[in-house]
Parts: sequence; C-alpha cells; structure tokens
Amino acid sequence: MADYSYVREDMLPEREPPVSEVGIIGWLRENLFSGWFNSILTILSLMFIYMILAAIVPWLWTPTWGAGSLSECREIIADLGKQHGGACYGVITERWQQLLFGFYPDELRWRPILTFLGLFVALGPVLFSDVFPRKVLWFTGAYLFLAPWLMWGGAIWTPLLVAAGPALGYLAYRFLYGVIGNLGAVIVAVLVPILFWLFLVGPISSGLFSVIPLGLEVVESRLFGGFMLSVWIGVVAIAISLVLGVVLALGRQSDLLIVKYLSVGFIEFIRGVPLITLLFVASTLLNIFMPPGTNFDIILRVMIMATLFASAYIAEVVRGGLAALPRGQYEAADALGLDYWKAQRLIILPQALKISIPGIVSTFIGLFKDTTLVSIIGLLDPIGLTGSIRADANWNGIVWELYGFIALLFFLSCFAMSRYSMWLEKKLRKDHH
Amino acid sequence: MTTATEPEGGSFRPSMLIYDSRYRSATIQIVALIGFLLLIGWLVSNTVQNLADLGKSVGFGFLGEPAGYDINQRLLDYDSRDSHARAGLMGLLNTLLVAVMGCIMATIVGVIVGVLRLSNNWLIARIMTVYVEMFRNVPVLLWIVFSMAILIETLPAPSAYRGEDPAASMLLGGNVALTNRGFYVPEPLFGRMDEEGNPLSWRQGLGDVHLFGDAWLRFDVSLELIVVLSTLIAGILVSGLIRKRADRIQNRTGLRPRTWYWRAAVILLPTIIALWLMGFYLGKPELRGFNFAGGTHMRNSFIALWLALSLYTAAFVAEIVRGGILAISGGQTEAAAALGIRPRRIMSLVILPQALRVIIPPLISQYLNLTKNSSLAIAVGYMDLTGTLMGITLNQTGRELEAVMMTMLIYLLISLAISGAMNIYNNSVKLKER
Amino acid sequence: MKTSVFLGALTAAGMMAGAASAATLDDVQARGSLKCGANSGLTGFAAPDANGRWEGFDVAVCRAVAAAVLGDPEAVEFVPTTPKTRFTALASGEVDILSRNTTWTLTRDVDLKFTFAGVNYYDGQGFIVPKALGVSSAKELDGATVCIQTGTTTELNLADFFRTNNISYEPVPIETNAEAQQQYLAGACDTYTTDASGLAATRASFETPTDHAILPEIISKEPLGPLVRHGDDEWADIVRWTLNALIAAEEFGITSTNIEELSNGTDNPEINRILGTEGTMGEMLGLEADWAMKAIMANGNYGEIFEKNIGESTPIGLARGLNAQWKDGGLLYAPPFR
Repeated sequence: MADYSYVREDMLPEREPPVSEVGIIGWLRENLFSGWFNSILTILSLMFIYMILAAIVPWLWTPTWGAGSLSECREIIADLGKQHGGACYGVITERWQQLLFGFYPDELRWRPILTFLGLFVALGPVLFSDVFPRKVLWFTGAYLFLAPWLMWGGAIWTPLLVAAGPALGYLAYRFLYGVIGNLGAVIVAVLVPILFWLFLVGPISSGLFSVIPLGLEVVESRLFGGFMLSVWIGVVAIAISLVLGVVLALGRQSDLLIVKYLSVGFIEFIRGVPLITLLFVASTLLNIFMPPGTNFDIILRVMIMATLFASAYIAEVVRGGLAALPRGQYEAADALGLDYWKAQRLIILPQALKISIPGIVSTFIGLFKDTTLVSIIGLLDPIGLTGSIRADANWNGIVWELYGFIALLFFLSCFAMSRYSMWLEKKLRKDHH
Repeated sequence: MTTATEPEGGSFRPSMLIYDSRYRSATIQIVALIGFLLLIGWLVSNTVQNLADLGKSVGFGFLGEPAGYDINQRLLDYDSRDSHARAGLMGLLNTLLVAVMGCIMATIVGVIVGVLRLSNNWLIARIMTVYVEMFRNVPVLLWIVFSMAILIETLPAPSAYRGEDPAASMLLGGNVALTNRGFYVPEPLFGRMDEEGNPLSWRQGLGDVHLFGDAWLRFDVSLELIVVLSTLIAGILVSGLIRKRADRIQNRTGLRPRTWYWRAAVILLPTIIALWLMGFYLGKPELRGFNFAGGTHMRNSFIALWLALSLYTAAFVAEIVRGGILAISGGQTEAAAALGIRPRRIMSLVILPQALRVIIPPLISQYLNLTKNSSLAIAVGYMDLTGTLMGITLNQTGRELEAVMMTMLIYLLISLAISGAMNIYNNSVKLKER
Repeated sequence: MKTSVFLGALTAAGMMAGAASAATLDDVQARGSLKCGANSGLTGFAAPDANGRWEGFDVAVCRAVAAAVLGDPEAVEFVPTTPKTRFTALASGEVDILSRNTTWTLTRDVDLKFTFAGVNYYDGQGFIVPKALGVSSAKELDGATVCIQTGTTTELNLADFFRTNNISYEPVPIETNAEAQQQYLAGACDTYTTDASGLAATRASFETPTDHAILPEIISKEPLGPLVRHGDDEWADIVRWTLNALIAAEEFGITSTNIEELSNGTDNPEINRILGTEGTMGEMLGLEADWAMKAIMANGNYGEIFEKNIGESTPIGLARGLNAQWKDGGLLYAPPFR
C-alpha cells in the first residue's frame, strides 16, 4: 500500500514559458494567428492596409508647400518624376487662414482666437468639475455675454446691459415676491429682462457709448466664414438651445396637456424634417415670416434655425436625463414641500443635467458636423469656401487637398470631443455605483 | 394647497385663477394656448403682408404646369413635358429608394463591423475601430462628396471599354460594367424575343396594366411580375405550413423530420416555372454610342450617396450593436455554455435576441437620420425630393413658400411612418414583464 | 444700430428694421455701404481672393454702383449667393442689387417681380467636348451624357434643345462649376454645357486646353445683367445709368487714366455731361454731379473691366464678340446721355 514511487519528491526547476507563448511571438499567435480563419483575416487585412497606404502615401509625400498655383504644382510634381501625380499643398499655404477665419479682418483675428480659448476656460468648471475651482463659474457666466461682444464687436455697454437683464429680473423677483406671490413674481421676472432687452438696451447702450466711447470695432457677421463660422454657429446654437431644450423637456414631461402637446409637436416636427429644409427656411422663408421691414442677415437666420433644430434634440437628451433620475428624488422634493419650480431648480435639474452632459456633447458634435450644410445655401463655411477657392484661376481643379484639410480639422475636433464624452460617461457610471 | 372647506362657486375671485391650484393649471394652459395661437397668427399675418408687398400669391397651381426639366434617374416614366407634381413624385421615389437601400446596407455593414470590433483578432478589431472613428467624426456631407470624387476619378470612362484592345473589360462574364458614370448591371425582363426580335408565341408575357390614365400619379404594373410574386408568396406560405407540421411532429415525438428540401422545393420550383412561362430573361448592358445601353444603370450619384450614407450610418450602427452585445452580461453566455449550447448557437439563440431589445430603439433613430441625411443628395446631383421639388421646381417657379413647406411635410410624414412602423416592431420584441 | 448686432439674435424682431422699404437709395446712403449679391465663385466673374477681397467682372458692376452712390468703390458688402438663393436674397431685401450672371427672362422680370437694369454680358449656352470624341456638332450628341449646372436656365434650354432635335441624352445635374469640370475631365460626362463664357473660363484652366473644343451651336440667348427689386424705379435708374455710363465711357474713349484730364472740360458736350461738368444729370438721379466719373474711376470703363477680368490677356481669354461696342459690330449700345 505504501508504494508511492511514482510521486515526485523534489520540485522541478521553474522553466521559462515556451517562446511561442510569450513576447512578440506569443502575442502574435494569440492575437493575430490563433486559427486558420484568423490567420487568413490577418493576412487579408495586412494586404488591405498595404494597398491603401501604397496608394495614398506617395501622393501625400509631395513637397509642394511653396507653389503659387496648380500649374506650378504640376511642374514641381513633373520634376519629381511622379507618375500618378501628387498633392498640391500650395493652396493650403495660401488659403489656410481663409479656411479658418473666413473674411474676418486680419488685424482683428485675435478676437475669435481669444473667444475660442475663453470657451475652454468657461467650459472648464462644467466639463472638468474636479480640476477647475468653482469660482471659474463666474467667468462662465460672464463669458456668455462677453463672447458675442468679442466676436461681433460694438460698445462695451451692450454686453454689460444685456447681462444686467437677468439681474434686473432677479431684483424684480425679490421685490415682488412678497407683494404678488411666487408665480406672479416669476412671470414678472421673466418678462422684465425680455422687455429690457427689446426696448431699452439699444438706446441706453448707444447713449452711453456717445458719452464714454468704449468698445471694439464692429465686425459684421457676413465676414464670418470658414471653420470659425462652423464653430460659432455650433456654439451659439447649443448655448441657446440648452435653455430652450430644458424648457421643452420640462414641457414634454408636464402634466399640463396643452403645454405637453405643444412641446411634443414642436420636438417631433423639428426631429422629423432634415436640417437642410430648415436651412432653406432660413434662406428663403424666414424673412417672409418676420414683420415687414425686418431684415436679419443670413448668418443670424441660420443661427436661429440651427438653435431651434438643436433645442429639439437637446430636449430629448434632457428628457432622457430626467427619466433616468430615480423616482425617489422627485418624491423627496415633494416631501420637503418644495413647489414645482424650486424642486426643478434645486433638486431635479442639477442632477438631470449632469447625467445629460455626454448626450449634450454628442448633440453638439452632430450639430457641429451638420453646420457644413450651410454651404448648400451659399454660406462660406469651409466646404463653401472650397468652391470660391476653386473659382480662383490659380487653383481651379484642386479637390483632394482642400477636402482633406477640412476633413482633418473636423476629425480632430470631433474625435477629441467624442473621447471626452466617453471618458465622462465612464466617470459618471463609476460615480453612480 | 387650498383647504377643502372653502366653498365652491359663490365666492370665486379672479385671483383664484392664479393662486388656487384647482384653477392654476387650467389658467397656465389657456395662457400657453393663447400665446401659441397669437404666435401663429403673428407669423401668418406677417407672411400675408410680406407676400402682398412682393406682389406674390400663394397657390399650388404651379404643380400642374409642365416642369420643363429632365430627370436622369426616374423609377416611373417621365419626360420634361410632365407636370411639376410628377417631377416631385420622381424625386420622392428616388428619396425612398436611396433611404431603403441605405438602411439595408447600413444594417448589414454595421452589424458586421460591430461584431468584428469585438473580434479577438487584434488587427481586425483595430481596423474596425479606425473605420468607426473615421466615419463618425467627419461630416457626412464630406463623405458624400468624397465618394463621388473617388468614383469619378478611379473608375474608367465608358470609352475605355471601346476599341479592339479596350483598357477596361466588363466583369462577371461581360454582364457588369463599372464606369465612372455608374454601374451597368443586367436588368430582369419579361417577354423573351426570338432571334429576329419577334415575341415567342407562347412565352411573350402578359404586358402591363396602366393605372390612373394620364394623371401625374400614373404608373404601370407589370402583370408578369405580379404572377411571379404571387407564386413566390404562395410558395412561402406553403413552406410555412410544412414548418408548422414539423414543429407539431417534433412536439409530439421529439424527433424533427427533415423538411428543408421540401420547403426549398415548394418555394423555388413554382417560381422558376412561372418565370420561365413569363419569358424571363436578363437584359445585358452593351456599349452603344457614347454610353452603355440596356441593362440597369445605377448612376454615380446614386452609388456615391448610397455608399456614403450607409457607411456613415453603419459606423453608428456598429457602435449600437457593440454596445448591445456588451450589455448582455457574461453570465448569459456562461449559462448557455453550461447548458451545452454550441458557441455559434449561443450568439444566435441567447445573446442576439436579448441584444436586439437594446439595439432596436437607437437603430430606429439611425434609420431616421439616414433618411433625413439623404436630402444631402443635391451635393452630388442625385435627383431626390430636395433636388426636384425643393430644388429645380422651386427655382424655376419661384414658389419658395409652397415648395419648402410641401417638402418639409413630406419628410415629416416619412419620418413619422418609419418611427411608427419601427415602434410597432419594437413593442413586439419588448421584454414581456409580468 | 450696429452696436447691437448680436442682440438681433437674442431679441428677434424690432431691432434691425429697415432694408426692404421702397427707397433703396436712402437706405444705401444711410447705411454707408451697398449690399451686392454675388456668385460665390465663378472664375473671372466673381470670387474672393486670398485676402477676402472680391474681384471679377460682375463684382466690378457693384463697385461702380457703390462709387456712383457713395463715392467709394470699396463700400460694398458682398453676399455670396447660389443659383437657388439669389432671387430670395434680392426679393427679401437682403441685397440691394444682384449682379450674378443672371439671365434676363420674362418670368424673372414679370412674375418674380424684378427689374433688369441692362445687360453687362451677352452670353449663350454652348457645349464643350473633348476633341477625341470626334463630335463637331451638338446634334451628333444623341445618347450622350451631359453635365449641367442645376438651378439655372441652362437645364430648361437643354431639355428643349434635345426635344426639338428629337435626340436623347442623359442629364447629370451638378451644383457648381468646379464639380462639373471635375466630372467632365474624368470622362464622367461626354460634354458639359453652360454659358459659353463659363465654358471658355473652364477650358482655360485645363491642363491641356487644346484637347477640348467648344461646339459651334449656341442653343440659347443669355443676356446677363444686374437686377434690382421691382417697384423702386429711382434705384433701378441709378443702376441702369451707371452701367450705361461704363459702356458710354468706352465709346467716348474715357478711361481711368485720362478721366482726370477730361474732367477739366472737353469740347465734346456728351463727355462733359457724363462727367458732370455740364448739366444736372447727377441731381436728376439724386446723386452727386460727378457720380459717373467716380463710377468709371472705380474700375475703368466697360472695356477696361472686360480686359482686366475676362479679356484676352487673362487666362480666361474671352473675345469681345457680341460684347463689343455697336460701332465695332457688337451689341453694346448705350442710350444717349442727354
């Protein structure tokens, strides 16, 4: 019974794993050649990648940055002895500023750049709430009024007075709260800034300007163009549509039937039609809908329609956020005796908006990409500008270089934003648990 | 909250409209409604005033006038003397065609890419990631323009097929020609002719039925096609009966009889006989004059739009599919494996049916997006609804208000129809909770 | 109201009232600039250069009008328009004048409620084909694939031409000239049809222009000219006579170089009347006495504008042809300044 002779008594020395299982070879085996099917797939994909690169790289690798026209490019390429042609980068060297800034005056280009940089600081506390101190939120508030002023210029008094509107509304609310009660005070607090903006800001601003002429040179929106135009339309539309979208989302969730159906009707209508038809409304019909004599320029009209468009999508995102909140939050707000507006303002919306941020970023990416559609109604966004550039006798016939440059710009910005959105989503999911 | 002791009626004061929660919601709603009606009224009165100032009137009479322009891709017969209404109909059909084809292709590509992104082949997964990121982060308009440019620049012109020693040759046994004007593929035809071009006496087909006479809605229905299709549908129904019988036998005895050959036979045989009787044949494209003649011409503009839209949408579909599969917890796979189900079957019987519930709702909105994005057809000159009704017709007649409003309405109806149909389907696969 | 440009977006109506009223001249003068609807890009006729300054044959008309009305040829705001948006832009008052290779037709004049101020270029629709195709007449194009720019009169002319000649074709509608050029060069269409001036401009930019021929058939009349809204005759008069002044200046030999000298007075009373040293024509139009002088000084006379932008010395290389003075056998015929 005691014959355990087949049992090993001393341990074998540790051995290195076989070469085929570790290191590069092991990795290759596991990830690329783990079976005949996978091996075929790998080889096919390698061939595919090689074909694409072989077609593109020689074309890309063409030192034509200094060429002043397409024919010069062709000469340079012929000198290089390339048979299948090459890229002509001269057009980018000459026109990149136009593609970025449109017709914004040269000496004033620091303004859109500053606005763009300011955007990051202003968004900091919202997007990266743990890095930025909360005090930066004051800058975010100020930015809302400063950014349009920087872009369009005009008297410094205008943004200040516009910013004073909400303050006046708040004062009216505090003052009237005791006199006519909450709802009345809210209504007055909403009406006061609107009336103030409509009828008083213009005259007071020009009055002040004639006394103390502080301001920036006016840049009209028809000079906006290129990539800047896409960004600006996207930013303005999303900023305003956040407000509209929240109102619409609350309207859609509301128990008040008429309010609910008006919101649903608006949202479904906007979401049911292509953006291009709304842009056609902007370019051909919006002036007909306005009182006789009103005349917005086309970029403002496009911004209005883009805002309406975005607000329907934001409303759906916010609705998703509202629906995702646990029922208990609503009940807790009720239990505290908060009325509807207080509950929304203090409990529901802060949480719902926070979980909606990834959705809002996606909506922004979508809208930002869709701004290229304005080229179809004749605005000179990057794609629209390609037409104008190709109408220049020097660059007639250029296609890939311009489209490639624009695609690269869009890719970099959208890719960065979508990565951020994914990171945030992951973070929110972690916070939740 | 008002107290219940307060008497109804009698002591009603106007301020109660605001402060009494019984009346407040009604008050707010009525105010909202009045505000809305005022807004509409304001817009309409502005419009009327402005149109009067411009000396224009609103009317749809222009739809009956001759359009005057030609449309290259027309699914029904049309020429430049037909009315604007018919031109618009051609555009609508083209929109629907590219939308339907796009949705099918986007689904196929999207599902493949979505599954391959989860592949354990590192290279494949990376390539698919690059594809998804590239397409998602560049505007679809650029992709449409890109695909058009690629088709134009890389494929041979029809003239390359000409001559003794042509630079290009037709594919698939001389049946398909890929040119930079589009793809020419064989077209299915009925009523075969003999060598001299006379119809064969007993296989000449049945001809067409003309509906709606000369009206703008007129269209021809091929009787042969109806016969073939109804044979096919009847075959599928019979095959369904055979399957049910097999199910019954399996439930009773536990053994499933082999029926696939019966089922294939009842579908295929009668259809083939019907096709033969109707004189079915394929019309091949042939180089004649400047272009290929005969066959079906899938134009560049259509292919570019179709490819760009479906590849762009497929990138989003792939993410949806991937998310759907990842959303099914690993426990499901393990449980299925523990039951002894084979890996392929785990995917088709356990994972996919559950993933579908997660996938379908966002998929619907992608289909909607694709349909709406098809309006970018004008960028490549595909004559869809925006190209005809909101494009040339608008431009030639100057009827902006009517044309744009009609176009929006039609798109809205299409969108509502898609979301309606998909919602019905969605409800049918929804988790039945107790 | 410039100070509150962005308020317009915030506050909807009310703030930026004013352009579409009847007295365009007053509006332009009050604004201090002329709003001009231009092509967003057509070689030689209108395109922004690298610095964003608009140049071209159609652009020059707007600059001349701005010089006549405001005394400054740079006081022009160019609004790029597409074939589809151009008429709405003009009708809604977004632009004061549309100078964008637009064909004068009855419908546009009467039904769309515009007034054409004259013709600055007599054009006609033609076809360009590769010489390798071996086609010498448009009537041999049976079954051909034809690229057309959509949203213009050309597609109607094309449909009519092929219909009346009872031959078939395959239209390929295209949004811009640049895309048409790309498709044509790649052989995706056998021929490209647009205004003959556009064809010449397009051909000029080819790598080997000599491989392509413009067919002899001109299948339509395309008088292109600037247009304004119906119902403001004073404004239409100003545009019409500014154009006439440019044409007459060439006829009488007034150029941008000798205009200073001529403005001191000459023996020819008509030149004196044009340059405002005699008579009260400026006052009649509601402008300064030297309005026409400023208009001519802006870019030179009609002939100089033609030569600088699209003439034979430019890559486009258009011959004067129909656009020569009536004395030289062309159609340019300015009514008398009397």
